[in-house]
Amino acid sequence: MTPAAGEFESIVRLEGVQKYFGAVHALRDIDLSIGRNEIVGLIGDNGAGKSTLIKLMTGVLAPTSGRIFIREREIQPGEYSVRMAHDLSIETVYQDKSLAEKQPLWRNFFVGRQITNRFGFIDIKREKEVAQKILIDTIGFRGVGITVDSTVGNLSGGERQGIAIGRAMHYNADLIVLDEPTAALGVAEVRKVVEFVRRIKRSGRACIYIEHNLAHVHEVADRLVVLDRGRVVSEINPKDMTVPELTEYLIALQHNA
Amino acid sequence: MAQRSGVSILQRFEALPIIIVFVLLLLLFMYRAPEVFLAPYIYTTFLSTLPPLILLAAGLTFVIGAGEIDLSFPSIIAFSGFVFAVLFKEYDLGWIAVVAGLASGILVGFLNGIIIAKIGIPSFMTTLGTQFFWAGMATVLSGGKSYALRGVEESSVWQWIVGRPFASASTPWLQELSIQGLWTAIIVGFLWLILTRHRFGEHAMFIGDSNDVSRVVGIDVDREKIKIFTLMGFLAACAAIILTLENKNFFGNQGQGYLLTAIASVLIGGTSIFGGQATIIGTVFGCFIIGMVEAGLVASGLTGAWVRTVQGLIFLVSIIFYMYADEPQRRQALFANLRSLGRLGGVRATEEGGVRR
Repeated sequence: MTPAAGEFESIVRLEGVQKYFGAVHALRDIDLSIGRNEIVGLIGDNGAGKSTLIKLMTGVLAPTSGRIFIREREIQPGEYSVRMAHDLSIETVYQDKSLAEKQPLWRNFFVGRQITNRFGFIDIKREKEVAQKILIDTIGFRGVGITVDSTVGNLSGGERQGIAIGRAMHYNADLIVLDEPTAALGVAEVRKVVEFVRRIKRSGRACIYIEHNLAHVHEVADRLVVLDRGRVVSEINPKDMTVPELTEYLIALQHNA
Repeated sequence: MAQRSGVSILQRFEALPIIIVFVLLLLLFMYRAPEVFLAPYIYTTFLSTLPPLILLAAGLTFVIGAGEIDLSFPSIIAFSGFVFAVLFKEYDLGWIAVVAGLASGILVGFLNGIIIAKIGIPSFMTTLGTQFFWAGMATVLSGGKSYALRGVEESSVWQWIVGRPFASASTPWLQELSIQGLWTAIIVGFLWLILTRHRFGEHAMFIGDSNDVSRVVGIDVDREKIKIFTLMGFLAACAAIILTLENKNFFGNQGQGYLLTAIASVLIGGTSIFGGQATIIGTVFGCFIIGMVEAGLVASGLTGAWVRTVQGLIFLVSIIFYMYADEPQRRQALFANLRSLGRLGGVRATEEGGVRR
């Protein structure tokens, strides 16, 4: 289940990346590297360019100029796509778009990559067995009344994030991108998500964690990358700064505009 | 906690509520009109008259389950029926006419799918338009004529598709047994397998759940939608050919009576009007109920006007039932309303346990 050891140090590396939307300069001179087993928190105000940056790294958007390396191999612009990102073991977990509400968990784990015979019929028994294993071993759902036949609609927000993260881990993603996983969640639910993020770290994978709530990201990240108006303005080790100091720093950043 | 495991008895046995309703209705009709419902002829008649409805409703189960709608199938029945009838009667093409009839239905369904998925017009609007287009086309091409297929029962096409295999048997009701019931059972059984265990059926349900989620998990939403509407076209063409052969006649508006009854059968059966949830078994029992109510009310001595009234009522009641049974947020909203009503009346509301959000 753990990613195979390779010769590379960073899973994703950007060099001098620029992104324009028409005349709008959305990302400027981005140099950023994500280590193989690193949790990187991406923070910054609305419109700072967090989402755009993520989309470049996951193949949704192409950069206007600059170079992208995946596992130290340069990716040709135009060649990179979401499908290719999946093939390169990069998975994105979106806030509300990862799971289908009325479908059972086992179908949600395998949809798009079903275990089938050559006529396309699903091996339901096998899928349920594997889903059960993911539920218990990878996600750690035990004795919470959730089975592989539960529908997603019956799960809490935090549990849904857990399922989506567990699915990404099952497919051996080396890099899991979380897009505001704790938005609109209660305190207990946030604890669960934080625990899932720790599992990503423990299993030897990397994670990019976009978050509005500084306390949540401060708690789990190895490194915080601060974006401001399309630039990486600083990289902070969470151990060097408390959450109130971090908040002060970000407010000061806004006022020095 | 029972809510969370999600395998209540209702979910373990597909379409259980509708099967119970069917059995109760059957018992009621047996009690009210024993001379009809305790004799075999009503059932052999069902075998010959229900297949077109069941085939249409089975196709619609995929369409509605995928969160779409098809209003054009009555016109596909007209158009494919015309293609089949004219080639069969005027050009004497036999089985080639059958193939051409099926191909025309597949083509119309495919075009529906292209307009909906690739151009992006909502299926309600698209099929409302194509319904007029193809019905008009059938009328223009046929010149409004009907085609009586005299002597058709001598052909191998008739005998294989809607024949009476036991016509020479000594038992009268056995003579009436028609073979389209068997073909329909095979097709519907296969569609049940597709919906519950094939990749395609799973994709249809995810698309009905959410187009966005489906795209994120890697489903080619456009292509699957085109396939769903093409399947609907194929099944409507099957229904058209069976109908034309069974009636030994083609007429332009032979499909019109199926619009509401087919949609009603699907929804009575438990397929969600919001998509994401569909059951072929439920649909088949929905068809049985629609067909039985029609026969049963007439046999009970009520006039034909009552049939539509009662069918409409069953349709509404079942939709309301499923809405509250299947949609947790609606159910909770209902309970919340009841609780606030209770508080207004000074009654202490009991906490609703078990359902977590």
